Amino acid sequence: MSNPNQGKSDVSPWGDRAFKGLTLMMALSVFVLIVLIGYELAHGSAKAMRLFGWHFLTSSDWDPVNEKFGAVPFIFGTLASSLIGLMIAVPLSIATAVYLTELAPLWIRQPLTIFIELLAAVPSVILGLWGIYVMVPWLRVHLFPFLQHTLGFLPFFQGPIYGPSVLAGGIIVAIMILPIITSVSREILRSVPGLQREAAYALGATRWEVTRIAVLSYAKKGLFGAVILGLGRALGETMAVTMVIGNSPQIAKSLFAPGYTLASVVANEFSEATTDTYLSALFEVGLVLLGVTVLVNALAQLLLKTFAGPGVKPQS
Amino acid sequence: MTAHNHHWRKAKNGLMQSLTCVCAVLVILPLLLVFFQLVARGASSLNWAFFTQLPKPAGEAGGGMANAIAGTFVLMLLASTLGVPVGVLGGVFLSEYSHRHLNWWIRFGADVINGVPSITWGMVVYALMVLPMKGFSLLAGAVVLGLMMIPLIMRTTEEVLQLVPTGYREAALALGIAQWRVISQIVLRTALKGIITGVMLALARVGGETAPLLFTAFGNAYWTHRLTEPVAALPLQIFNYAISPYDDWHRQAWAGALVLILLVSSINVCVRVLTRDRFAKRGS
Repeated sequence: MSNPNQGKSDVSPWGDRAFKGLTLMMALSVFVLIVLIGYELAHGSAKAMRLFGWHFLTSSDWDPVNEKFGAVPFIFGTLASSLIGLMIAVPLSIATAVYLTELAPLWIRQPLTIFIELLAAVPSVILGLWGIYVMVPWLRVHLFPFLQHTLGFLPFFQGPIYGPSVLAGGIIVAIMILPIITSVSREILRSVPGLQREAAYALGATRWEVTRIAVLSYAKKGLFGAVILGLGRALGETMAVTMVIGNSPQIAKSLFAPGYTLASVVANEFSEATTDTYLSALFEVGLVLLGVTVLVNALAQLLLKTFAGPGVKPQS
Repeated sequence: MTAHNHHWRKAKNGLMQSLTCVCAVLVILPLLLVFFQLVARGASSLNWAFFTQLPKPAGEAGGGMANAIAGTFVLMLLASTLGVPVGVLGGVFLSEYSHRHLNWWIRFGADVINGVPSITWGMVVYALMVLPMKGFSLLAGAVVLGLMMIPLIMRTTEEVLQLVPTGYREAALALGIAQWRVISQIVLRTALKGIITGVMLALARVGGETAPLLFTAFGNAYWTHRLTEPVAALPLQIFNYAISPYDDWHRQAWAGALVLILLVSSINVCVRVLTRDRFAKRGS
């Protein structure tokens, strides 16, 4: 008490300012990272951009020996495997999210959620290993001949069956994005106000009618956000796809033919790129991939954030 | 007429209930199949040598993944020294200092870079560190994993700090304690368990990453002694062995995959069990 200034250091504004400044700097590192990623990829691909210009995005020649580079086969493979993945994963995972939040008996919800979180935690390379030695042989012997037999009149299901293929890549992508679409959709459905449901029950609706009328139509925008988020993951999925898609830069009508994606060409050829031009072309492939995934992700985040405010946090 | 209608609606309800249930089973089916195969094909190759020996040259039977297992742990440890401070302090800013628009943009930015494909991170760190340092290195591998941890930890830290009751902050501030000390000694300490949970989940996520390590850590058949040498990692080794033509390496890839998935999912299960009450509260 004798010295009124004794506790001064505690209330001096400097500690507060320094601490706030420090945390602000760390938070702003997010923007530094975004700029860094964009800059490094653009810088790395400068040479390829100069040499090939827009031709890079319209040419389907990928010929490292003669230094001719065009990204169309990879863009095709990425889009094809992602779309197949979405077509399989979207109905399954939204139905699962509906089951988990609306229709399942209460005791089953918690264990099922844990299983889905565990599937989300399976590393891509392990799924790829399983894909090479278990899934692809099974597809080659059972599912693909069956599809050819029943749907063979469609051009997608014609031609020789090798095993590693765009369709196998799409199926692996579906397995990879199932958990994220399911868990984000589940959060979305859980954030639908209970009053919505009660009002529908009061009118005498069955459980499913409540879900359809009061929950699903209310959550439409958020669910769309979840699907777009899944698309973002599908486009960038690397290891598992690389291991089952066959890695051949071609554009075939048949889904049984091997393909190649933007991410897997980088994974396979980056450390073997012998010339500057080759490396630079691979950087440009990475830049295309980055551009597409950032746009898709930004769209997904906007949809999710405007649906329910910052309360709905996408699981990673 | 109405009775018929009523029956039809009830039947439809039951049908949709079983249909969505089938979908849920289909979603977890791959998990069960993968676990089954990992145990069936990997367990028999797990022995003392697997955990203690270096890989043998191609074609020679035996050997282990000791250096890859150690490499994964070292990479995770070094990555945390970059990812944890930046992520936690960034999360503190998002939760404790509110600038509405700035915080919205930071959150948005963190969520967007969370979705950047992991292979792209590898290319960035290759250009940033491997080219200037003229070689693949343990350091580059740790940096790429550390950078990937930042947005993950930032968002989970923010989330758990929000769970600390405002009353704690107000009580401490009313005693005349400076805000930074309130945050660092009271808020962070209260939320410590939750923050550790977030860090563990981020570690489990990057510990299984292969793509960003392909051209940063690169892999190594021997022990790594310096930060500037390439290092082996479990996911890299699994990948290299899986695409190799040797049966013995395939066998080891399955064993490695079993070890990796046990590591990753035991972290996940522990975290879920430890924080069950927190999640239950949030769900209510």
